[in-house]
Amino acid sequence: MGNIPLHDVAVVGVYNTKQARSLEGHTSRTITVEAIRGALDDAGMTLSDIDGLCIGGIGSRAFGYEAGLRHTWAANGGLVGVSGVLEAAAAISNGIVNTVLIASGSAGVYTQRESTAPWTRPSNEFVECWGLFTAAEFALVARRHMERYGTTPHQLATVAATIRNNGNINPGAVYYGRGPFTPEDVLNSRMIADPYHLLDCAMTSEGGGAMILTRADRAQDRPKPPVYVLGGGMEGEGPAYQHPPSYDMLDETGVGAAKRAFRMAGITPNDVDVCEFYDNFSWEVIRMLEVFGFCGQGEGGPFVESGAIQPGGKFPIVTDGGLMSFSHSGNVQRLQRIIQAVRQVRGDSVVNQVPNAHVAITNNGGAGALYTDVLLVGDQRP
Amino acid sequence: MTIEAKPQLPVPHPTPISQPFWDACLRHELTVQKCTSCGKLIFIPQDFCRYCFTETLEWVPSSGTGKVYSYTTVWRPQTPSFEVPYVVAIIDIDGGYQMLSNVINVPPDQVKVGMAVEVVWDDVTDTITLPKFQPRQA
Repeated sequence: MGNIPLHDVAVVGVYNTKQARSLEGHTSRTITVEAIRGALDDAGMTLSDIDGLCIGGIGSRAFGYEAGLRHTWAANGGLVGVSGVLEAAAAISNGIVNTVLIASGSAGVYTQRESTAPWTRPSNEFVECWGLFTAAEFALVARRHMERYGTTPHQLATVAATIRNNGNINPGAVYYGRGPFTPEDVLNSRMIADPYHLLDCAMTSEGGGAMILTRADRAQDRPKPPVYVLGGGMEGEGPAYQHPPSYDMLDETGVGAAKRAFRMAGITPNDVDVCEFYDNFSWEVIRMLEVFGFCGQGEGGPFVESGAIQPGGKFPIVTDGGLMSFSHSGNVQRLQRIIQAVRQVRGDSVVNQVPNAHVAITNNGGAGALYTDVLLVGDQRP
Repeated sequence: MTIEAKPQLPVPHPTPISQPFWDACLRHELTVQKCTSCGKLIFIPQDFCRYCFTETLEWVPSSGTGKVYSYTTVWRPQTPSFEVPYVVAIIDIDGGYQMLSNVINVPPDQVKVGMAVEVVWDDVTDTITLPKFQPRQA
């Protein structure tokens, strides 16, 4: 491939607020504003440096008005996550906007604790009445992989234990100090939706996060080293939680997205130093390793038991504890996977810093949600 | 203060495109859209064929029989109005389409991928009857 416009874009600031099961005194708006202040500080910028917005919770244009910020670009459909970053990067690389602030946060949203979190149980017509929610949706697709390839509950639990142990030593994680866990601990936790035990599933929490993207030529001489967008890709089969999550439809969802991302970056999975995957459910990580090309289809189960995904392994995963242990507040966790990828590549991860990490892969979505978006970031502009 | 009633089970809210499906359910008839151009079955209801992009869909009777494609036994309910455990499944309906539903009238630990099932009706309210599935009777 010749000139790749996305390579003209860099991340110059990231920030996570305090994350907690419940953030007393905060609303989704106030925690989002706190995240924005943190990312501006990290980038050595003020609001006047920002001319593009992708803001969850408050809303891009609402935040622009409330902050008195004339903006030349606001995200149209991109989520505060991989799709938003790619949409913003495309706008920057095409000269529509120079510097984009991406942020979101949640607090005070999950109040009816006898039910599953509100964002996990959409009221769709051909889903809700049969008692589905996200864990059940994701269980239905995992089961089929287990049937086809013999993937075991212990292999799923190995993923969950690995991630939770990463969070266990991360002082910023909601579940800091809540381990360590063995795969057996995961298997012994109460069942949510077979094959998913409690500890196979993402947690629920509150918190905010923010990121600043700008033109590569404006990314130099900032407080933190720039992290470049190397490549990205998106792929989906339809809207989440409206249709049967059938593994025969989803077994290759994301294969093309990853291929496009790697081709743009001019690298292969072997060049990846760290995998900041979207760990909403344990089996999904096994599928990601397969569809992104880290192992063959159906080989993900044995692969996760090989030691490759552990700290110090060839492809360490979810080094901050991810959605299972760091935080999962229903929206900004998509961005927080990218924030951790950026920290690894900058060399300032709070824990589990991978030595000489130059390239990180991250993603959003999953088979159970019918889409997979992929992003590669690195410390060298290709 | 009266004791707060247990929340009602969530029921579907039919749309113009899905109303014929739910009307047939009230009569205990499982129906599905069929494309008269390519012959394929389409579910959930939509305005055009997802296989040949024509708008020649008509409602036809479904076989009402099929096999469990995948399932999960739920122990943590969506809301307290559901009693656990309950089995959520994707059913491969004979004729060639899939739908989400529950498998009932069988202990959850006996549900298996490939199990033959048939539709059974749950009259939830005066206006909504839900199709569910049970092991196929010999």
